[in-house]
Amino acid sequence: METLYLDNAATSFPKPEAMLAAMINYSQAIGASPGRSGHGLSIDAGRIVFEAREKLARLFNIEDPLRIAFTKNVTEAVNIVLFGLLKRGDHVVTTSMEHNSVMRPLRFLQSQGVELSVIPCSSQGDLDPNDVHRALQKNTKLVVMTHASNVTGTIMPVEEIGKMTRNRGDVLLCVDAAQTAGALPIDVKKLSIDLLAFTGHKSLYGPQGTGGLYIREGAEQQITPLMQGGTGSRSEFEAQPEFMPDKYESGTPNAIGLTGLSAGVSFILKQKVEAVRAKEEQRTSRFLQQLKEEKDQVTIYGPNDAQRQTAVVSFNLKNISPSDAALYFEEKWGIMCRPGLHCAPAAHKTIGTFSQGTVRFSFGFFHSEKDIDTAAAAVRDLLQKENRL
Amino acid sequence: MAKKESSGVVLFESVSHALRAEKLIKAENIICKLIPVPRHLSSDCGVCLRFNTDAKEQIENILRGKLDFFEIRLL
Repeated sequence: METLYLDNAATSFPKPEAMLAAMINYSQAIGASPGRSGHGLSIDAGRIVFEAREKLARLFNIEDPLRIAFTKNVTEAVNIVLFGLLKRGDHVVTTSMEHNSVMRPLRFLQSQGVELSVIPCSSQGDLDPNDVHRALQKNTKLVVMTHASNVTGTIMPVEEIGKMTRNRGDVLLCVDAAQTAGALPIDVKKLSIDLLAFTGHKSLYGPQGTGGLYIREGAEQQITPLMQGGTGSRSEFEAQPEFMPDKYESGTPNAIGLTGLSAGVSFILKQKVEAVRAKEEQRTSRFLQQLKEEKDQVTIYGPNDAQRQTAVVSFNLKNISPSDAALYFEEKWGIMCRPGLHCAPAAHKTIGTFSQGTVRFSFGFFHSEKDIDTAAAAVRDLLQKENRL
Repeated sequence: MAKKESSGVVLFESVSHALRAEKLIKAENIICKLIPVPRHLSSDCGVCLRFNTDAKEQIENILRGKLDFFEIRLL
């Protein structure tokens, strides 16, 4: 049986061929530790890592590529910000659509004396920027929010929030771009983003184990690193460097992974993110349209409007649990999707699907219209089977 | 071998900075090369950028404002 992978919101698959080629080339021809010695292979490795920074800087409209520190994923990037910035007595604002990568560290920090406001979103997952404005306090240090929900795909009003935090001046805006980096245009200046946390293995088409954090100039002075250690710089001092990106990049970096990430970002830059978005929007729209035809038996969550969401569709079928549906899709159709809570209990409470969750189909750049029609046919097939019983 | 009196090096805080400088300078068609830091110079990182002395002022102008810290030494 052929398989159809519909779990791109968890990790993109397949990857561009160039990603694997770059990683093989690194293993065979370079292999050295970047930024650790003056020899040619180390410099070559360093160049590859630097080029990855440059390409990401171009993608996100960041002037200085050294403002990007690499991490192993978006979770690490978010944790650097939350644990490095927030102290007892500080106030932080977030939304009820967050992934546990944001919610769990925040709940822990709340238990340690950080004041937390979770802004409720609508049952479609929409955030009203006015609610964020009303929540800002004198001691607010940070607004941290997802750019798009991993459950419903809902695209959040980051630009409006950015205007608000930039106006206040002393409140930083941290955006979790796990679902959007490479999938939606992101301009850190236009959106007034101070801290951009991203992962490499989703819509940037890199391998797992890659991600990063953009920190606006000056903001690093407020953020203590999560880890300290060797950086290949200022080796005569026993104190961590204060400059970017070394402050947050202790230990040998994942050079082979970053080589793959660099190739993935090249792929996005070549395709152009606007074109990637247009294609994914069209695929999402095609799926939603077919799902809506079954509206008596299918509940679609989130905006239900391809223009207002990423290529993620969450739904439930009448009288069928998400896990039973997912099992059927895999066994009968070879479809790999993700049922359940998607590491985002708060988001499921918001849309009213806690605790059984939803079935989530998430599409990617490589899906054809035929793939979308197959996905829709699988849904119809399961509904028909249920009706026969 | 480059004559000693005709070249200098730029020292940096980290290899990332050195790599950024190399790109900026090469983009202006100035010849330079990343080399291990000569033993008699101390530097925060293991590599430095060797250049021809004639290009010293140009290099200073390119890097100023772009990198917070760099130091130029003539060899």
